[in-house]
Amino acid sequence: MKPFSYERATSPAAAAAAAARTEGAKFIAGGTNLLDLMKIGVEEPMHLIDLNGLALDTIEATSDGGLRIGALVRNTDLAADQRVRRDYGLLSRALLAGASGQLRNKATTAGNLLQRTRCPYFYDTNQPCNKRLPGSGCAAIGGSSRSLAVIGGSASCIAVQPSDMAVAMRVLDAVVETVRADGQTRRIPIADFHRLPGARPHVETVLERGELITGVTLPKPVGGMHIYHKVRDRASYAFALVSVAAIVQKDGSGRVALGGVAPKPWRDEAAEPYLPQGAKIFTAHLLANATPTGENAFKVVLAERTLHAVLAEAKGDAS
Amino acid sequence: MNDFSKWKFTRREVLKLGAASAGALAAGSLPAAQITDGGRKPVNASVAMDVNGTPQNVTLDTRTTLLDALREHMHLTGTKKGCDHGQCGACTVIVDGRRINSCLTLAVMHQGAKVTTIEGLGTPTNLHPMQASFVKHDGYQCGYCTPGQICSAVAVLDEIRNDIPSHVSADLTVKAQFTTTELRERMSGNICRCGAYSNIVEAITEVAGSHA
Repeated sequence: MKPFSYERATSPAAAAAAAARTEGAKFIAGGTNLLDLMKIGVEEPMHLIDLNGLALDTIEATSDGGLRIGALVRNTDLAADQRVRRDYGLLSRALLAGASGQLRNKATTAGNLLQRTRCPYFYDTNQPCNKRLPGSGCAAIGGSSRSLAVIGGSASCIAVQPSDMAVAMRVLDAVVETVRADGQTRRIPIADFHRLPGARPHVETVLERGELITGVTLPKPVGGMHIYHKVRDRASYAFALVSVAAIVQKDGSGRVALGGVAPKPWRDEAAEPYLPQGAKIFTAHLLANATPTGENAFKVVLAERTLHAVLAEAKGDAS
Repeated sequence: MNDFSKWKFTRREVLKLGAASAGALAAGSLPAAQITDGGRKPVNASVAMDVNGTPQNVTLDTRTTLLDALREHMHLTGTKKGCDHGQCGACTVIVDGRRINSCLTLAVMHQGAKVTTIEGLGTPTNLHPMQASFVKHDGYQCGYCTPGQICSAVAVLDEIRNDIPSHVSADLTVKAQFTTTELRERMSGNICRCGAYSNIVEAITEVAGSHA
């Protein structure tokens, strides 16, 4: 790990300003992803701004019947919140499907949104990776791609966004709240928050230099059955091969996003009118532009079958 | 014949001597403070925390993880370093009432924190019930993951008591319950390469039962 200087943030705006003006600065909150990457030399911040003292750790009701989740609310606390369990069960389920108890106790809401891909070539500093070292190439394309994207990737990168929480938030139409270095705040719909890689896979979100996430808001609950179904190589403590986040209403209509298949939570509102026609037709629309590799073509089939199981569960079938 | 019994080194001291001589070879005669990494000079910071009821005030390199601070600066070597990447759970300690991976957090981030390690749960003559149960049920083989398993297990029972749900909780709207399925899911962040899992489950289940 390379040496770095360290400061404790005193306010969100001051933290954003400090991050913008300090060369090589990064925020640290839970640190569970950043420190892992620092140890292997993928991340080499020169200065860390510790956010843990900021009062961004509460979950509050909003005036329009929704919830505002502070950026520092730990994954455990968000998953365990009674309002979340009752009205946004999808979010609790997605959080509990991710990581381990120890990691969820530390990891924050904002950090979870910003966690980096687990593409094996991103982690291996001996390999080219456009995300880690822009312009160096992509070893995943033509390499071992079983865990990687089937849609939304580019000729530069086929890495997958690993967050389970973000997939649920995409279905819930969450909004990311930030403060910028000049002290201005803004609200970013989750659909616009993560970027597709294109020719610049190292730019993963629309956040500007220094811009700090202060919270995430959820609109008022939409009811329905909330189901998060994650398929992975072992029963617990593993990243998704494919995950399906769904809210299904009694009439069969609903919302669906997929995790584990793309550089961002994969949802297409234009496909959702096809949901009542079943998993096969819906998935054919949602993944119409998929360009899987030989190693990960199974994900397209797995997504359809996982959604089939989700829709059966929503109907109350035992299958 | 040499009488090795005169040599009163612990295993740890022998390891330290080996590391020190290897370090001296690599660094020549440079004092440690002048060794830079990537052109950057190490930065020191002070942090004060309560560890097992004892105030600890240490000055350390900002890069020092809580795990290394406990082991190398406070000499509490009960907490183990397994993978050092949050994948194995050997480094699990309880901070402000919650279990975390001490390898994935910096010591300087824990100003004022209350840390409990395996040394703080019980003593050799007065074991914590979870320690006693691991002994009774043979919940280990080599023992390396055991401090992490025990700290994690103590915290898991608290998490269930505090109604924190898990991936296998059937209904999110009812209070969390202790079951074997719940236990296995909740302990999945602690790996035992000897495979003592079935005895670990029995050890924790007995303690859970005595609390119910």
